[in-house]
Amino acid sequence: MTNLEKYVNAFCESLEVAEAEVASLVYGESDAWDSVGHMSLVAALEDAFDVMVDMDDIIDLSSFEKGKEILRKYDVEI
Amino acid sequence: MIDTERLLSYAPYELAHEQKHAFLTQELTELSRHHGESCPEYAKMLLATGTDLDQVQSFETLPFLPVRLFKEYALKSVPEESLHKTMTSSGTTGQQVSRIYLDRETSTLQSKVLSKIVGEFLGKQRLPMIILDTSAIVKNRAMFSARGAGILGFSIFGRDKMYALDENMQLDAEGLKAFLQKHEGEKIFLFGFTFMIWQHFCAQLRKLDWKPDLSRGVLVHGGGWKKLIDQNISTERFKQELHDTCGLEHVHDYYGMVEQTGTIYMECEHGHLHTPVWSDVTIRRGKDFSVADIGETGLIQVSSLLPRSYPGHMLLTEDEGRILGEDDCPCGRKGKYFEILGRIKRAEIRGCSDTYEQKPSA
Repeated sequence: MTNLEKYVNAFCESLEVAEAEVASLVYGESDAWDSVGHMSLVAALEDAFDVMVDMDDIIDLSSFEKGKEILRKYDVEI
Repeated sequence: MIDTERLLSYAPYELAHEQKHAFLTQELTELSRHHGESCPEYAKMLLATGTDLDQVQSFETLPFLPVRLFKEYALKSVPEESLHKTMTSSGTTGQQVSRIYLDRETSTLQSKVLSKIVGEFLGKQRLPMIILDTSAIVKNRAMFSARGAGILGFSIFGRDKMYALDENMQLDAEGLKAFLQKHEGEKIFLFGFTFMIWQHFCAQLRKLDWKPDLSRGVLVHGGGWKKLIDQNISTERFKQELHDTCGLEHVHDYYGMVEQTGTIYMECEHGHLHTPVWSDVTIRRGKDFSVADIGETGLIQVSSLLPRSYPGHMLLTEDEGRILGEDDCPCGRKGKYFEILGRIKRAEIRGCSDTYEQKPSA
């Protein structure tokens, strides 16, 4: 699986959304990505890429695009 | 627009009286101006109290709102379209709940400040986390309350989380054993609400006669003492029970409320609740709301720099307490430190763990 596939997968599985929806997702703007979904998403991303994200990055993870930027800090290129 | 970077550049307990007072006076005055310009109800309040924001010498002279107002009015300082989420207070059945309107800026600021404060006690690393509550609490999103929000808010300090209680409030002893084995030798973060810990965690450990080794654990708990006070359980007894049932040594209570999420007051190693740089506690005399002296009991009024999307930066609570000192706690943290003495009579019961009701048996 490519990193992008793993990344999309983490969103789909933790937030229970269809693949077609993920790119436009913003934290807090859909029922799926609420604060409960947020912590599941963090856990899913950490599992998928074997990283441990800092607290500030958990807070800053606010959209599909932002997540890519954050993971870059952990040497994960999406 | 606020200068978040600058606000967050402070360490939580670095400012002593003079500097902190000047900092809060400047920031809270500006915040009052913002709310006056953005929230019509708050503007009326400024007018009615005759407050001239250009003449403020001390933040303690700014008007403060009773927390109850958030139950009766929808108070917000941002347009509807920038609202991000609405928090509701805990409240037992039949009570009205507060509604707190958050935009993304306020909500992010709350999380960041909370992580700075709690980080002082837990360290910068995220730790394996045991939540001393039921896994059901965050499953039902429709019933999502302050208790669930508290658990989620504190979840950013954890990694590899487990709930100590199952959906039927039964202790998951097997799960706990496996978790402790997996994280042997590691520092562990425990979080829960005071009454739930007492009633469900400690009590079931006693019944099982099993003493897990949580001596490497750091417990942060909050949510009100009312139910324990009713049962005559003191802070000391609570801590002793935790020590006896699972060897916990590091236990920190906190005082906080949904109306000022983020700026919580953590209990230090000497049993004192501490005010961080972003917020303060002022004790007011019940008869005229004047500022009480150190050591004098009165109503707790809280001030916080975080509420931007709603005018909740200066609030009068229904709790009683007293200031124990300022800048000179033996733990070394600067700022006021205080204790809570209880809730004023006839006030509503509303602590996160105080509103927990035993389910009637079917």
